[in-house]
Amino acid sequence: MKTNNLILQTATKILLFVIVLFSIYMFFAGHYEPGGGFIGGLMTSGAIVLLLIAYDIKTVSKALPFDYKKVVGVGLLFATGTAAGGLLFGKPLLTHWFTYVDLPLLGKTSLHTAVLFDIGVYLVVIGTTMTIIQTIGESE
Amino acid sequence: MTAIYEIIVMLFILSGTFLTLAATFGVIRLPDIYTRNHAASKATTLGAMLILLGAMFYFLFFEDHFNSRLVLAILFIFMTAPVSGHLIGRAAYNSGVKLWNKSVADELARDRKKMKQGKSI
Repeated sequence: MKTNNLILQTATKILLFVIVLFSIYMFFAGHYEPGGGFIGGLMTSGAIVLLLIAYDIKTVSKALPFDYKKVVGVGLLFATGTAAGGLLFGKPLLTHWFTYVDLPLLGKTSLHTAVLFDIGVYLVVIGTTMTIIQTIGESE
Repeated sequence: MTAIYEIIVMLFILSGTFLTLAATFGVIRLPDIYTRNHAASKATTLGAMLILLGAMFYFLFFEDHFNSRLVLAILFIFMTAPVSGHLIGRAAYNSGVKLWNKSVADELARDRKKMKQGKSI
């Protein structure tokens, strides 16, 4: 019998945006409040896992055509790039800077190079969890 | 004014905990999985939403802090808990869990029999 997943799929379509939005909030809140790259990445991959539960693995890989091993590579590149940025200016490894910038909509905002390191953590966490889950899910 | 605020917060949190307790008794006392699922998914949803609303009002009144994450959590629980209850009930039905022996209606079985005979429902 053909299974009818209409309720789960429709709920997933709406809930996905809430989860992804909250994960991005968690990622950017990490400097001043609880949160950060690790929990943001876990929550984003949780949203992708919800998609994998509601739809099948081929539909999801068509909708999000990422090779998650390459996502891990890009994340590590971000982390090492931030670490090496200090060396270019004659400072020790992993030296961070921050500055205050007047952005048009957001007002006075502090931009910190630690965010770039955190983006690396975020991408590595997403890549690792999704690689593990997809590898286990595809094996018979 | 603070007395009124305290009473509002207290009403929300106490009614939420009461509903959660009632749901727990329903899960213990009711006879089969469908009625238990009915008690757990309805009363616990409203109970958790009321407790979160009480917490939101507490922070709004006494700390002057509007916590939008609690509003988001209320919406999220309101949308997810019925869906998960529906999925648990359907998984139980599809794996052949029997209804309570005094239940009188099983409309899904009737409709599936009609589908097998090729009629439209």
